[in-house]
Amino acid sequence: MLETAFFNLFAGLSILSGMGVVLARNTMHSVMFLIFCFFNAAGLFFMLDAEFIGIIMILIYVGAVMVLFMFVVMMLEVNQARLREGFLQYLPLGGMIAIILIIEFVAAAQSGVFTEGIKATAVHLGQQVNNTAEIGQVLYTRYLLGFEIAAVILLVALVGAIVLTLRARKDAKYQNISAQVHVRKEDRLRKVRM
Amino acid sequence: MTGLDMAITAGIWTLEILAIAVTVALSVAYITYAERRVIGWIQVRKGCNRVGPAGLLQPLADGLKLVLKETIIPTAANKFLFIAAPVMSLTPALIAFAVVPFGETSLFGLWETPHVMAIAHLNVGLLYIMAISSLSIYGILMAGWASNSKYPFIGAIRSTCQMISYEISMGFGLVTVMMLAGSLNLADIVHAQAGGIAHWYMIPLFPMLLVYFISGCAETARTPFDLVETEELVSGYYTEYSGMWFATFSLAEYGAMILISLMTSILFLGGWYAPVPALDFIPGTFWLLAKTAFLIFVFIWFRATFPRYRYDQMMRLGWKVFLPWTLAWIAVVGIFIYTPGLDSIINFWMPWR
Repeated sequence: MLETAFFNLFAGLSILSGMGVVLARNTMHSVMFLIFCFFNAAGLFFMLDAEFIGIIMILIYVGAVMVLFMFVVMMLEVNQARLREGFLQYLPLGGMIAIILIIEFVAAAQSGVFTEGIKATAVHLGQQVNNTAEIGQVLYTRYLLGFEIAAVILLVALVGAIVLTLRARKDAKYQNISAQVHVRKEDRLRKVRM
Repeated sequence: MTGLDMAITAGIWTLEILAIAVTVALSVAYITYAERRVIGWIQVRKGCNRVGPAGLLQPLADGLKLVLKETIIPTAANKFLFIAAPVMSLTPALIAFAVVPFGETSLFGLWETPHVMAIAHLNVGLLYIMAISSLSIYGILMAGWASNSKYPFIGAIRSTCQMISYEISMGFGLVTVMMLAGSLNLADIVHAQAGGIAHWYMIPLFPMLLVYFISGCAETARTPFDLVETEELVSGYYTEYSGMWFATFSLAEYGAMILISLMTSILFLGGWYAPVPALDFIPGTFWLLAKTAFLIFVFIWFRATFPRYRYDQMMRLGWKVFLPWTLAWIAVVGIFIYTPGLDSIINFWMPWR
């Protein structure tokens, strides 16, 4: 009973905050709603005993990705009036996507996959079953190749991003820290005979 | 589970939460007192000694003064986020304490097996601490943005850059702890360090101890790294705050300082174990709090000793010194674990293997 109550709380709040992302006038408020939405999604993962994914969700999405979002949004100067121009022209396409998604969700919910069988009756395992260790054991053995490929792709993206922003200025004054630290009195001071 | 059971559980939870939150708030008050006295002592002056015996009532007087002050909200500020920002910075600082184990107790022999004294005995405790402490950025960002004023804005951006930079090396430093302890559960990490000072992780991971503690100093924006609130920015992201809301920010800052000290004691200094096993008759909580108090003293000592970093020097320290150190140390620990011959050395610190 308590579990259902918590599920309804997290699911309801995530839907409400998801609506808040779209409906808020202020982009900053939208970002805050999105952060709240991620929190509730993490709560849903916790209810499924997937505590590792839940924590990673908070650590990566809320702790890192959304900070970047917020940085960009903070710097924007949004012209509300211009934003509203031609707003309705997206209505047919957006409405169509919304209707298709609703039909898909309803069909999936009605299909019976989630109401019977192993998914509906899964019980919680004890604390000695460690989610993190279980994921690690398959990730680094059976799925090692996929993991390594993902790592290489991320590394390439990282190097690419750095190369794109690397514009060394020729006239910039850089400091050589070790030279600064190793400077001695004799290098700077000079006795002058008066 | 009946309604009465649920009510009792909820009551116990509330008591546990209050026991930690109230203690943290009170210790923050007296850490400010200790800070003023210790810095006074280091700088050969008196420090606060007027209110009450030896100035002991000074924190209460300061608190009263801050509560009674008027709250000023700038006209151009975004009111909701302006008020929400201090709360958002205080909340992560307090909820991170939920997984901190304060020791082990069998309640004077009432229980057969010793229980860990933590609100939540989480399997991913270390990740939880990392995730929650990364949230404190939002309070600062929101404060800077909602004030709608240039100094808070620049201060907030500076602070965010600093926190993101140091969080990375902090996280990588913790990876070595996870490798040795083989667990993310904070109580298990302490258990892996049982058996005296030679088993503590500060011996094999001494560089990581330095990286973690100094990064913690940068995360909480304590003095060598307090350039988010330097004079040229008036006082950084909380320039526009006054009264109780201002005090909430400092409460969050000192709370984070206590948390970093607690975590350093738990992860590197053997948690609630005594330095020599013969001293284990003294309760573990005493040892943990003593180590934490010493680390808080080191924080204050830093503040009285070091001049402030320049911005580029601080970024260099985070990205060009600490990050390579931590990555190299992960490689060193990994090589030690998996090389035959060398693994007998590292197994001394890995009793679970």
